[in-house]
Formats: sequence, C-alpha cells, structure tokens
Amino acid sequence: MSVAGETATAARAPTRRQAWGIAAFFAAAVLAWMLFSVWPDWLNAVLISKKAFFSSIFNGITLAGLYFLVASGFTLVFGLMRNVNLAHGSLYLLGAYLGYEVTRLTGYWLIGVAAGFAALAVLGLLMQVLVFRRLEGDDLRQTLVTIGISIVAADLMLWMWTGATYQIATPTWLDGAVRLPIVTAYRSNGEAVFLSYPFYRLVVLAAAVVIGVGLWLLLNRTRVGMMIRAGVDDRAMLAASGVNVHAVFAVVFAIGAGLAGFAGVVGGSALSVAPGEDIRYLLASLVVVIVGGMGSITGAAIGALLIGLAEQIGLVYFPTYGIVLTFVIMVATLAIRPQGIMGQGTAGRAR
Amino acid sequence: MSLALSSSDPAARPAAAVGGTGAAHVVLAALLLLYPAVASDFFLTQIGAYSLILGMIALSLMLLAGYGGMVSLAQISVAGMAGYTVAIFGLNSSAVHGFGWPWWIVVPMAVAVGGVVSALIGAISTRTEGIYTIMITLAVATAIFYFTQQNYALFNGFPGFAGIRAPEFWGVAWRDPLPFYYLTLAVAALAYAAVLYARRSTFGLALQAIRDNPRRMRAIGFDVTAHKVVAWFYAGLIAGLAGVLLVWFNGRISPGTINVGAAINILIIAVIGGMRHPIGPFLGAVVVVLMQTFAIDIIGAERFNTLIGLFFLVIVFASPDGLLGLWGRLKPRLASPSLGAGQDGGGHRAANLASNAEQTGRREE
Repeated sequence: MSVAGETATAARAPTRRQAWGIAAFFAAAVLAWMLFSVWPDWLNAVLISKKAFFSSIFNGITLAGLYFLVASGFTLVFGLMRNVNLAHGSLYLLGAYLGYEVTRLTGYWLIGVAAGFAALAVLGLLMQVLVFRRLEGDDLRQTLVTIGISIVAADLMLWMWTGATYQIATPTWLDGAVRLPIVTAYRSNGEAVFLSYPFYRLVVLAAAVVIGVGLWLLLNRTRVGMMIRAGVDDRAMLAASGVNVHAVFAVVFAIGAGLAGFAGVVGGSALSVAPGEDIRYLLASLVVVIVGGMGSITGAAIGALLIGLAEQIGLVYFPTYGIVLTFVIMVATLAIRPQGIMGQGTAGRAR
Repeated sequence: MSLALSSSDPAARPAAAVGGTGAAHVVLAALLLLYPAVASDFFLTQIGAYSLILGMIALSLMLLAGYGGMVSLAQISVAGMAGYTVAIFGLNSSAVHGFGWPWWIVVPMAVAVGGVVSALIGAISTRTEGIYTIMITLAVATAIFYFTQQNYALFNGFPGFAGIRAPEFWGVAWRDPLPFYYLTLAVAALAYAAVLYARRSTFGLALQAIRDNPRRMRAIGFDVTAHKVVAWFYAGLIAGLAGVLLVWFNGRISPGTINVGAAINILIIAVIGGMRHPIGPFLGAVVVVLMQTFAIDIIGAERFNTLIGLFFLVIVFASPDGLLGLWGRLKPRLASPSLGAGQDGGGHRAANLASNAEQTGRREE
C-alpha cells in the first residue's frame, strides 16, 4: 500500500503495463463490437443468443454488486482484526428478515433498508464489545465463537421466521424494466429489439458502486480511514502511537455488520429471503475475499465481479457445473497468487 | 500411572492430561468391549457405533488441527467422497450406477479416494497458512456440497444414493447391530492407535515442529508443504474409513450428509472433546451424539441446534482445550488431597505450565 512501492513498480515495468494496456484495449474493442453489433449466426450458435449472453453478464454484474456489499464488510473486519467472522452470513440473513419486517410494518422500503443497516451495525458493535474483545489475539477461538453464533442465530431465525420464503416488497418507483440501448435483434419489419433489464437490479448495482466509492473515500481520505489502514498494516504500532484501537475495531465491526444487514435488505428485495441464504452468502464472501485478497476493498470489488460473473455465466452455459467454475477461480488464484489478487501477502504484514 | 514421568518427557504430556496411558486404555477397551452386554440395539448403533464413526471423522480433523495446526472444515466432505465411492461402485437401490463390485475392492478404493481427495484439499489449503485454512476448507466443503447437489451424472444430485448395505462376509452379517458395533469399534481403535503411534513417529514430531515454527523447520531443511500434504493424506485415510462406515450405517448418502451443518458438526465434536489428545474427538462425539439424541426430549426437536450451539460457545469460552482440557485442569485439584499428591500435583503443574507456555508461543506467531 505504500506510495514508494507503487512508483517503483511503475518505473520498473512500463513495457508490461503497455502490454496490459494493449490487451485491455483489444478486449474493450471486442466487447464494444459484441455490445453494439447484431450478432452473426455463428456467435449466436456458440453463446445461445445475444440476449442470453448479455442478460447473464448484467445479472452477473448485479450479483457482483450484492456480493461486494456483503464481502466488503467481511474483508474489512478480517483485514483489521484477523477475525474470520463466519457469522457474517447470519448477519446478512438477519438484516434481510429485519428489513422485511420493518418494510411490512411501516410500508416504506427505504426505512426497511435503513433499519437493516442500523440494527445490524448496533448488533455488530455489541458483538465486538461483548464477545470478540475478550478473545483478542486468539484467532482460532474467535472463529470458533463466530461458528457457534452462526449456529444459534440460524436456529433462532428459523424459529422466528420459520422455513418460509419471503420477498421484501419494493416500492413502485423501483419496479419495472428499463430498455437498454443494446440491440439484440431486428424484427422482419426492420424494427430493432432492445434488451430490457429490471430497473431495481440497476439500482442495486448503483448502490454497490456508490458504497464502494464511499468506502474507498472513507478509507483513503479520512482520519478514521487512515487509522483503519494503519491498523491493517500493523495493529500494535497503531496502538503504540496513542490511538484507541478498540474504538477503531468497534467502528469497523459496526460498519462491516451494517453493510451485511444493508446487503440483506437489498438482496432480499432482489431475490428472496429464506433459511440457507446465510450459508450461500457466507460462501460467496469467503470465495470473494480469498480471490480478491484479505483486507482489501478493491480486492473485494474485483473478486465479487469475478465470482458474480462466473456464477451467472455458469448458470446459463453449464448449469450443473456452475459451482465448479467459481471453485476453479478460487483454486487458480490460490495457486498463482495465494494472498489473493490485491492481497499484500504475509511478509508485508509483520506480526 | 507414571505422572512424574510426564514432566520430564514432554511427548507424554497430553497422555497424562487424560490420566495415565496404559492402564486407562485397558480399562477403556474393556468397557467398550463389554458395552454390548448392557446396551440395547438402539444404544449399540445409534449411540455407540454412530459416536465412533463421527469420532473417527473428528479424529482426522484432530490429527490435522492438533498436530499440524490446520483446522479443516472439509473432513466430512472427504468422508462423503469415500461414501459416494462405496455407493457408486458397490450396490445401491437408486438404479443409478451401483456397479456391484465386491467390498474388498470397493472399500480400499473408497479409503484411497478419501486419502487422495484430502491430499488435494490439503495441497490447495497449504498455499496459505493459519486461519486462512479454515476459510478455504469451508469454501471447499461448501463447493463440494453444492456440486454433489447439482450434479446428477455422477452423484445423482439431490436424492443421492439409497439402499447401500454393509456386506456379509466370513459368515457374519455386518449390518446387524452387534457385528456392526464391533466392526466400528475395531476400525476406530485402529485409527486411534495409528494416530497415537504417528504422534511419536519421526513424521509426527516433524509435523508438530512445523506447527510450532514452520519457518525454522524450513530453514533446517524440512519440506514443510510436503509434510502438511502427507498429514492431509493420512487424515483423509481415517476420514475415508469413517465415510465407508457412515454410508453403511445410514444405508444412504446424499448431499445432506455432507452439508455445511455436518461439516461444522465435526468441528464442534472435535472442539468440545478437545484437540490435544486423540481420545478427545471420541469423547466429543459421545457427548454430541447423546445431546442430539436426548435434547429432543428436553427442549423439543426444534431448538436442539441452539442448545448445541450454546454448549459449544460455553466450551470455547470456558475451556479452549475442550472437555479434555477441563478434565486436565480439574484433576490436580481433585487429586491434591489424596495420597502422594505432592509429586503428582507437581508433575501436573509442570505439565500445565508447559502447555501454557506452548500455547502462548503459538499465539505469538
């Protein structure tokens, strides 16, 4: 993360960067052509249809937005506290249930979203202060505790909300589909057929981008963010320089848990809320964070994009082996870059 | 009970924590062998055999976690892969696969599959260290679960395979409660003895040294990754054996057998029992199976997961070394008023000090 490191790599390898630039240019050109042309038959034959292809791409990106929201909290908490919060999926599901209840009671979806974030942030704060602070420095026990919490939480949620599937009602201004300026085909009378896409999913994507940028600004442009970054690099040193590390931990845990709750409400509106979703999003967060690199928000974004796209493309093109694609990405990352795409490696983090 | 010896011989320390080595084992073996005399069929299989099977899977986790410092959540998946091998190549009633190969080919094959799958998972997860292992193995376990659920060509998807029977050979129907109990007991004892032996072997000592300080071991010239992967392979053999017994016990295997809940259940068993001695996982298995069976009568079938979870949390908070650790801490207090307490207590205190020192050493890494 140091500035000196960045300039050194930039000065050392300009040719490599140029090569990547050219590759990226070509990829963008191909993508642009695919986006705006009407596909020839052979391409339709390979990729089923333009509509199927771009729908899966857009679905993948939207799902990536959701995964990013969940995983960013997970990666922040892990990066700072070395706490593998295996109850993170439970936080997501609880946020979704609470959002459902609040939306149902008040009738306002936005209040539901806010409640999901706020309630889980408070819960995260409590968990950090009451539970994890007592076990500080013992990674394994902290992780075991989160497993215990997730078991109890899953069971209690099953008790409260039974095994039924819920769908959080979205307001009318979020319903409907938008027509994207992408022509999938021409009718026989020469009229263009445009790709349409649910408006709500675009909103999810936009929310993820806004929150991602917000987190980036928080981490890189504020004093608290500076403390958090310092804590990720060297916790002991941060404490030695007079910062109340526990307060920083509590803030980060609250943000992480709150984001999980937020993602729960947003995801519960786009998809559905049911028992078992906690495991699904926990797995997604794990893989995203392993692929992207622990403790890195940018890494979480890249990982989420990869996994979201892989999952949706896999769903369309090889349904029974979709999960394998996700898994292959994880294994390949571990084989080539064990610390994750944006991870710093263990050497950089002397502890 | 050579407790004084425990302070001078560090390797004997974990054994001392459960109260002696030889004599305790003889008593334990006698009790387990005579257990069928007092137990009904239900207690023989549903409690006895089932605990032993789960204990073996947890033992494979204990081998990795206790001696290798690698906490794996994928051991049930390894057992499941062995179980699926039995279902696919042996006989099943699901009319999918079921090649009907004889047991003496299928069982070694299933155990080998367990070892290989485990070694592969190990090869992936040893790319990183420490707490990362738990994340990666959980991801692997979940991926295997989803894969078996989605894939019909090989794993027959959601329903899995049913109608798998333990074979009959040497004139014994191994499916019956009594033979099945003794079969499970024999296999579990074998696995337990193997781990006890491996702990003192050159390999086991090297593995423990790697757990304590991988960097130094690498500097001395040990191939750290290879040692870890081999440990994963051995653990896979044990889990594979348990997987074969599990599929015979259940008579069926489906993705539900190896879901995340089951994976976490194994970790719970190992943690509740304690991961300092191979007896721990079996102890934990008995406790968890008893709870699973009888908690239903106390608080109803619905909320028993809450009970298990809370008990697990209490154990994690109160005693990081599980019930074994609890016993190790209580014993000197119970023993001190009795005869010869001075020396025994001293030995224990030294042992406890040593274990504390070891723990702090591990934490500092």
